[in-house]
Amino acid sequence: MAMKQSPAKRVGVTVAAWLVAFLIFFPILWTFLTSFKSELDAIAMPPKFLFFNWTLENYAEVQERSNYLKYAFNSIVLSVGANFVGLLIAVPAAWAMAFAPGKRTKDLLMWMLSTKMMPAVGVLVPIYLLFRDLGLLDSLWGIGFVLMLLNLPIIIWMLYTYFKEIPVDILEAARMDGASLLNEILYVLTPMAVPGIASTMLLAIILSWNEAFWTLNLATSNAAPLTAFIASYSAPEGFFWAKLSAASTLAIAPILVLGWFSQKQLVRGLTFGAVK
Amino acid sequence: MATQQTSAAARVLVAPSVILLFLWMIVPLAMTLYFSSLRYSLLDAENIGFVGFQNYAAFLSDPDFLSALVNTLVLVGSVLVISVGGGILVALLMDQPVFGQNALRLMVIAPFFVMPTVSALVWKNLLMNPDSGLFAWIARSLGMEPVVWFTNHPMMSVVIVVSWEWLPFASLILLTALQSLDEEQKEAAQLDGAGALPYFFYIVLPHIARAITVVILIETIFLLSVFAEIYVTTGGGPGVATTNIPFLVYKEALLNFDVGAASAGGIVAVILANIVAIFLMRIVGRNLEG
Amino acid sequence: MKVLVKALLGAVALTSFALPAYAETTLTIATVNNGDMIRMQKMTDDFTKANPDIKLNWVTLEENVLRQKVTTDIATKGGQFDVLTIGTYETPIWAKKGWLVPLDKLGADYDVDDLLPPIRAGLSLDGKLYAAPFYGESSFVMYRKDLMEKAGLTMPEKPTWTFIKEAADKMTDKAAGVYGICLRGKPGWGENMAFLTATANSFGARWFDEKWEPQFNTPEWKATLDYYVPLMKADGPPGASSNGFNENLALFNAGKCGMWIDATVAAGFVTDPKQSTVADKVGFALAPDNGLGKRGNWLWAWSLAVPAGSHKTEAAEKFIAWATSKHYTDLVAEKDGWARVPPGTRTSLYKNADYDKAAPFAALTIESIESADPLHPTVKPVPYTGVQFVAIPEFQGMGETVGQDFSAALAGTMTVDDALAKAQASTTATMKKAGYIK
Repeated sequence: MAMKQSPAKRVGVTVAAWLVAFLIFFPILWTFLTSFKSELDAIAMPPKFLFFNWTLENYAEVQERSNYLKYAFNSIVLSVGANFVGLLIAVPAAWAMAFAPGKRTKDLLMWMLSTKMMPAVGVLVPIYLLFRDLGLLDSLWGIGFVLMLLNLPIIIWMLYTYFKEIPVDILEAARMDGASLLNEILYVLTPMAVPGIASTMLLAIILSWNEAFWTLNLATSNAAPLTAFIASYSAPEGFFWAKLSAASTLAIAPILVLGWFSQKQLVRGLTFGAVK
Repeated sequence: MATQQTSAAARVLVAPSVILLFLWMIVPLAMTLYFSSLRYSLLDAENIGFVGFQNYAAFLSDPDFLSALVNTLVLVGSVLVISVGGGILVALLMDQPVFGQNALRLMVIAPFFVMPTVSALVWKNLLMNPDSGLFAWIARSLGMEPVVWFTNHPMMSVVIVVSWEWLPFASLILLTALQSLDEEQKEAAQLDGAGALPYFFYIVLPHIARAITVVILIETIFLLSVFAEIYVTTGGGPGVATTNIPFLVYKEALLNFDVGAASAGGIVAVILANIVAIFLMRIVGRNLEG
Repeated sequence: MKVLVKALLGAVALTSFALPAYAETTLTIATVNNGDMIRMQKMTDDFTKANPDIKLNWVTLEENVLRQKVTTDIATKGGQFDVLTIGTYETPIWAKKGWLVPLDKLGADYDVDDLLPPIRAGLSLDGKLYAAPFYGESSFVMYRKDLMEKAGLTMPEKPTWTFIKEAADKMTDKAAGVYGICLRGKPGWGENMAFLTATANSFGARWFDEKWEPQFNTPEWKATLDYYVPLMKADGPPGASSNGFNENLALFNAGKCGMWIDATVAAGFVTDPKQSTVADKVGFALAPDNGLGKRGNWLWAWSLAVPAGSHKTEAAEKFIAWATSKHYTDLVAEKDGWARVPPGTRTSLYKNADYDKAAPFAALTIESIESADPLHPTVKPVPYTGVQFVAIPEFQGMGETVGQDFSAALAGTMTVDDALAKAQASTTATMKKAGYIK
């Protein structure tokens, strides 16, 4: 509550806020720090917080073992590409649902969301067989297609809620001026919808980036993204915490940086129409 | 409302999404339904035969099924309570005019960007390990016996890890909602001399109610299928203490390689998810009206 | 934004169309992410120099993920891999299904008779080799000589389970963070069930009788768990029910275990000063027994195989011959030292004086491997082969379920009797469904 506060209270709130934020962030910070330790320092008891022998050897080892850039490239291509295509399909659908709703629009939306509830592992074999027959195993196209479908309901729904808040009067005015449907979408709607589209895209990219079931099972090497990269570092023989931390840091760094830079954008569109 | 021309156009525009999602739903669903009526083990693929509802009977009468159902609900419910409850508190804190607000927000959002596998590995090995984990060290420094997280409190541990992943998402959306509470309302409340608690319950909470339902809806969709966190940390155990429905289906599909049983399990899971969904839509749908 | 996306989409198109254009043969090799396999990747140059027309494409994954992917792929004939890393469990089963190519063209200088007989037997079907061993292991006791001395005991070369219990009790000093014994407790057919099945063999237990009836209701199994659970509660580390090979290795290397009974390959890690704080204090002994004629040691070999239907069989066999050859052993010895050589596959390695000097555990390793008998693993007769597993396709699933029950018994959420009763029930149900018993 933004009431006027006494200085003492303000300090208290500030300390509390920082403490909470620090606790939430701590596991990531700890992973980051561990990635610069030797394996023996990583399990040292008492733990070494800052005063240890900082080393880059884990990163060197990780890069020597697996081609990080290839995995990162695949992750970027998959998450950006898939969701861009998803957006192309979703924008018209969400537009139509928001501005020309039928009786069944709500049901349709809910049905779309419900397709996300299918447990992936139950349909693995059917999809695997389909992919085999279509020659899509380990191809960016195939996996991108699946990722696109996984996110499509969320994308449509987010856009729908965002579009619904755009005042209809403006569209009416445009229509009066004789704007065609396409023009209406391109020149009137789109500029107003850009913030919503951007944050939808961001959320979708984050979700695709972290999708670890289909990417692991359908990709082998050519199309393998960072989730597969991580799977080669969990639980090998011998100490692995520092190397795992380095690999983890590398795997989450790009999306973390993207998320941080676009944080404001993300917040604006993440409202799902919940804010009036 | 929509003219005839626009509603026809609307149909054309919606069609691609609907067709694609319909195919994505119906093709695997049909194949899964078909497989679920077969005796079909990947390791014994020569011996495929029709068995009717046997796979369903076996899956549903498995004593682990009921506990998996309960585990699923407990997991979803607990994480929802923690992330929404915690999210409100965090959002309230972040809404205060404090020093370094932007940096704070960045720190709070960060866990949302971490892959589930990675966060599970980090929590299990670096933090909750009863011997060399950080929590064990803290406990010992305080003269306490370290908690053996994944053995003695398996479900709670999984809930903690998953809540950590979803708390930022809840905080973020709720914070956005809080910020739209307009100044006039705040000032009016201040003038009335409303106490902090009544102010929260009568003004803030109703204002963010819609945002809360949205958080619940989205999180439920993802929480119903939590898998990586369980796989990495407890492997569904000890016993079946942390086996949820997706993990149970996974056991059939990728440990037993029993496609028939896994398909039946998949269909059961779809039905259960849809029951939850209908239930949710009832509540949420009403709240989202208008 | 849009430009970027276009560029990326273009890049997708490029990579997906450009890749098949390579003229050379590309072998996609699925491997486990353990130390020896990773070392092999680093030696790739040696192979590609001799075979410039073959390109190697490594897919390195954690054991469980690898097994799922490889099994799904080979069972559906997905054809994603040209060389597979599989174990002694999968090899005979898959060979019988006709999923693997017999390895009969490994070259004249491969010297297949040099392979250790029990390992070779485990990887063959009807006298034909279906997978070439990359490294092999049995299990034995690793212990801290200093702590043993402090406890006033001497580890015999062939300890009994009674001695192990006594030593564990005396070595435990929880205040100092020392646990007398570390054993596997994490559920999984390749984790706690590998240890418990091998241990049960030495207690006279078996998975099935001659008619495939599950045997978890027998006194022998009860004796096994009645030994294991109280021992671990009294002398084991906290949270033992989620400790697998790796967690125990970390504990042992940090100096927290008095004894550890596990894979012989671990000997190379616990004696490596780079990763172990107790490298110079480790002693070894054979796996314990109960005087019934079987010791509790297992037999495993990570091996390379070629899936049937591969179009690159010739190149794949060339690669396998290289990776499991004496030449490869020499190459590792030359580059990283004898102690880093993949162990447990060839007789000649154990006759090598340099290796013996570099690896103090060599003699016991070979003795353990040679004493493991996958064809007659138990005291009483059984219809199956395999020491710490039962070589039938249904075993993975049953082992996983039983492993969960036994892990729960260790965690204390279930009694030993309940765990055994559950194991008996679930195993019987599976065996009925699979048609072994009526």
